[in-house]
Amino acid sequence: MSTQTWTYLLVGLTFLVYIIIAIVARAGSTKEFYVAGGGVNPIANGMATAADWMSAASFLSMAGLIAFMGFSGGQYLMGWTGGYVLLALLLAPYLRKFGKFTVPDFIGERYYSKNARLVALICALFVSFTYVVGQMKGVGVAFARFLNVPFDTGVLIGIGIVFFYAVLGGMKGITYTQVAQFCVLIFAFTVPAIFISLQMTGNPIPQIGFGSKGTDGVYLLEKLNLLSTDLGFDSYTNIDRGNLVNMFFITGALMFGTAGLPHVIVRFFTVPRVKDARISAGWALLFIAILYTTAPAVAVFARTNIINTLSDKPYSQVPEWFTNWEKTGLLSFEDKNNDGTIQYVADAQLNELTVDRDIIVLANPEIANLPPWVIGLVVAGGLAAALSTAAGLLLVISTSISHDLLKNYLRPDISEKGELYAARVAIAVAVVAAGLAGLNPPGFVAQVVALAFGLAASSFFPAIILGIFDKRMNQQGAISGMIIGIIFTTTYIIYFKPQLGGPGLPENFWWGISPEGIGTLGMIINFVVALLVSRFTSPPPPEVVALTERIRTPRGADSPSGQTH
Amino acid sequence: MSKNKNTYWKTNLKYLAILLTIWFIVSFLFGIVLAEYLNQFMLGGFPLGFWFAHQGSIYAFVILIFVYVYLMNKLDKKYDVDEI
Repeated sequence: MSTQTWTYLLVGLTFLVYIIIAIVARAGSTKEFYVAGGGVNPIANGMATAADWMSAASFLSMAGLIAFMGFSGGQYLMGWTGGYVLLALLLAPYLRKFGKFTVPDFIGERYYSKNARLVALICALFVSFTYVVGQMKGVGVAFARFLNVPFDTGVLIGIGIVFFYAVLGGMKGITYTQVAQFCVLIFAFTVPAIFISLQMTGNPIPQIGFGSKGTDGVYLLEKLNLLSTDLGFDSYTNIDRGNLVNMFFITGALMFGTAGLPHVIVRFFTVPRVKDARISAGWALLFIAILYTTAPAVAVFARTNIINTLSDKPYSQVPEWFTNWEKTGLLSFEDKNNDGTIQYVADAQLNELTVDRDIIVLANPEIANLPPWVIGLVVAGGLAAALSTAAGLLLVISTSISHDLLKNYLRPDISEKGELYAARVAIAVAVVAAGLAGLNPPGFVAQVVALAFGLAASSFFPAIILGIFDKRMNQQGAISGMIIGIIFTTTYIIYFKPQLGGPGLPENFWWGISPEGIGTLGMIINFVVALLVSRFTSPPPPEVVALTERIRTPRGADSPSGQTH
Repeated sequence: MSKNKNTYWKTNLKYLAILLTIWFIVSFLFGIVLAEYLNQFMLGGFPLGFWFAHQGSIYAFVILIFVYVYLMNKLDKKYDVDEI
């Protein structure tokens, strides 16, 4: 069978599974719709969290990014996993004991303030929406390249599928679909890596393979360092000393941002007990780590393969995959010195090969000559990653609107049935809006992911931590901390992002910190402001102090719907 | 807060301090600040600093969470605040 047939078959099959799960796991109440009834098994929740977390970017783009960054790429690997330690130790168990549905719920009640809830709500909406648009675009790209449908049609198919299972199943449907999607995506990511690791090093475990000797008896990394420096690139494992402060701050912003992202936090409301919330974070990170420790291996394999296959080879003899990708414009060759040979070097004047980093994962199986079904599998995996993340984010958006805005702000007297109906309408509108934005993404969307993490780190993270660990923290402190943290972070990012119209130049970065890393500083500012202001204003009321004490011990964690709210 | 709950919370904070210190050391120190120094040592084919940034810190994160869960489950039982 051809690659095309395999791809259709595998993508179709996985979609069928998602739809069947959605029909079986319909949501009947708001509790099921928001938090899957609060009865999800911790291992299943770990898988769902992992699928929710690993987006099109993790699956398709990250390994490519690392392949071209070398050592500094570690900021993504550490940044997007380390946040789970913070989640497990500092947030998940306490928020589970608190026992409501959303992050704005917690902020609103702990800081006894509707305004605090509103600030949290706006942040949650902004963060989730910018994030979901990127996922929709990812779906469109994957369809366009492999199913030969136009980009627009790809996005529309994506909207249709997510619409179906998110509107029908709410969190319950999404959770069980995500479990299936996790299995598809992790299988799809590791299988090609295992094959390639075997090919290149004889070791079936990619994590060990990329630190082993190649078939010629030389350590793979040593060989890659040599190949890179020969062509004028930086040595792969070498450390760029001038970038270390920036790397430190970016890693921090990604970690603290992860721990503050509403669509991640809300997953820990779905398990039955506090101890399940703790262990569930452990399972989630274990499942995420499978992909995150394989990705740097894929990066090294791909980078070595690209240099070996293409550098100094005659253009007339390039393999078929090269020609295929050339058609998409993501790979291009310009024969500057007219010698018919591909010069792939660091010097931009002489370099003749341009490789878009996003194609690495998709092209990798072809570059390594793997059988066609593996390529179909990778496409199905990429779609699973994009769809599962999109669904999780859309749920946060709809919950924010029907629960936080409608039920707790505008119309507290709404009935359970009315709220569930509103949640379904909200998610339907959100799916369509995100799809339309994905079809026609404003230029700034790609640039605002930095903003999403920066905002989560500089707003939610400190407010939640202080709400749990500082009994004296009051609404004045928390709100001023959040607002100053957000204003500082947003201003810095916009000022230093030319794509957002900012006039700032990289040489003027504070201590060399790029916009991607400034959330760490925003977070520190938030903490300092909140602590200072709270000490000079009146202490929180006794019932809030009692709430803070209550969430510190596990016993008596009700299921989320146990309370009439 | 009763005295018992107070010691429970203090022990919890002690665990957090220890585990988060390790979290900081394996990632921010070994994987970034000290990576250049560590790169002179090899772990198989990996320069050690590079290995921490691309592999080791992630393994450590997973282990940290499972150790935390083990410690807290024990602590909950000891202070009789565990769930049924």
